[in-house]
Amino acid sequence: MTWFLDNLSYIRGLAWRHLWLSLIPVVLGFVIALPIGYVAPRWRLGGGALLSFAGVLYTIPSLPLLVIIPSVLGTSFLDSRNVVIVLTLYAVAVMVRSTADAFGSVSPTVVDAARASGYSAWQRVLQVELPLAGPVLLAGVRVVSVSTVSLVTIGPLVGVPNFGSLFIDGFQRDFKTEIVIGVLCVVVLALVLDLLWVLLGRLAMPWLAGRPR
Amino acid sequence: MSVFSEVTSWLTDGAHWQGDDGFPHRIVEHIGYTALTVAIASAIALPLGLWIGHTGRLRGFAVAATGALRALPTLGLVTLMGLWLGIGLTAPTIALVVLAIPPLLAGAYAGLESVDRATIDAARSIGMTEWQVLGKVEIPLALPIIVGGIRSAVLQVVATATIAAYIGLGGLGRYLIDGLAVRDYPQMAAGSVVVVVLALLLDGIFVVLQRVLSTQR
Repeated sequence: MTWFLDNLSYIRGLAWRHLWLSLIPVVLGFVIALPIGYVAPRWRLGGGALLSFAGVLYTIPSLPLLVIIPSVLGTSFLDSRNVVIVLTLYAVAVMVRSTADAFGSVSPTVVDAARASGYSAWQRVLQVELPLAGPVLLAGVRVVSVSTVSLVTIGPLVGVPNFGSLFIDGFQRDFKTEIVIGVLCVVVLALVLDLLWVLLGRLAMPWLAGRPR
Repeated sequence: MSVFSEVTSWLTDGAHWQGDDGFPHRIVEHIGYTALTVAIASAIALPLGLWIGHTGRLRGFAVAATGALRALPTLGLVTLMGLWLGIGLTAPTIALVVLAIPPLLAGAYAGLESVDRATIDAARSIGMTEWQVLGKVEIPLALPIIVGGIRSAVLQVVATATIAAYIGLGGLGRYLIDGLAVRDYPQMAAGSVVVVVLALLLDGIFVVLQRVLSTQR
């Protein structure tokens, strides 16, 4: 506890980095996965291949991918963008699947009703399907958010500091407290972000308030 | 020389394919750790998961525990175990077992839950004992999902074993961690390529296995 208080400004700095390194991939992953997840099940020719590709992407171990990505993209090995790109890839891989499930959960009858009452294709997607798919989309974001916050911690191995730096530093100095505090910080940040998604979900989908989830 | 040709020449250099530090030995080590830890984790998680799925007891606990363990940062667990238990095989093995348990547990109880209640009731009504219901009806029907859990556990361990090289574990992670220490990027990238290929191959084997199991029914 004393160590935590003594190093508060250092930990605060790591917290900001950790927050951004997790937040950008989750948001970016969602934005990229949304159209892909919508189109994939409807695209007879390549949809299945697209979904299996997303599955294969997720089976690639994170640290090796983090090492390979700079030589593919030509970025510097210690560039923090590598971490963001790798985590975004994983986020997309998971969320393409959950987005497809989310749009699949919308009752076709409702979509037909919207069509019958004169909604255009865009209106149908934006005003009918998207809001109805919302709860499952939110669930996907929450799953990805937790695993991303945890995955970010391997960043320090490739020179990108965040809460994971406390593990490396603690290990090298034979100081368990630092590692335990690091683990707690990661768990707390994961919970805080999760709460943020739930609140955003409440704001975006006020009609769900009070309904059992 | 470009990065690609450097990595390729590292991979194709005959000297890197022999001895204790060569790819064959490291690959065997990596598969050995994976088999060992998944076997230990299965011995713990599969009976527990089958019991939870069969009786329906402790289900809430299992869901919460698997979720919480998933949030646990692997590097944190690995370094903590390393300090607690010192250098050797014990610390990384325990860390890898802990990380392999959630997917195995989830596969086992979710597999049993996916079995149609009417089928189980039918098995009971023709006089099967609880053990027969579990062994002859539930497990065979749930097998593809249980194997799916084993598949996730294997991939989790293959990935985390590379990180566990940080606290001294052998296997393919050595190329990444040793390469990092001396800033030898071609070595790191070559090791990474081999890990990725290994992971994809193992995943492919499980895909085939799951397909065979679900068509046999």
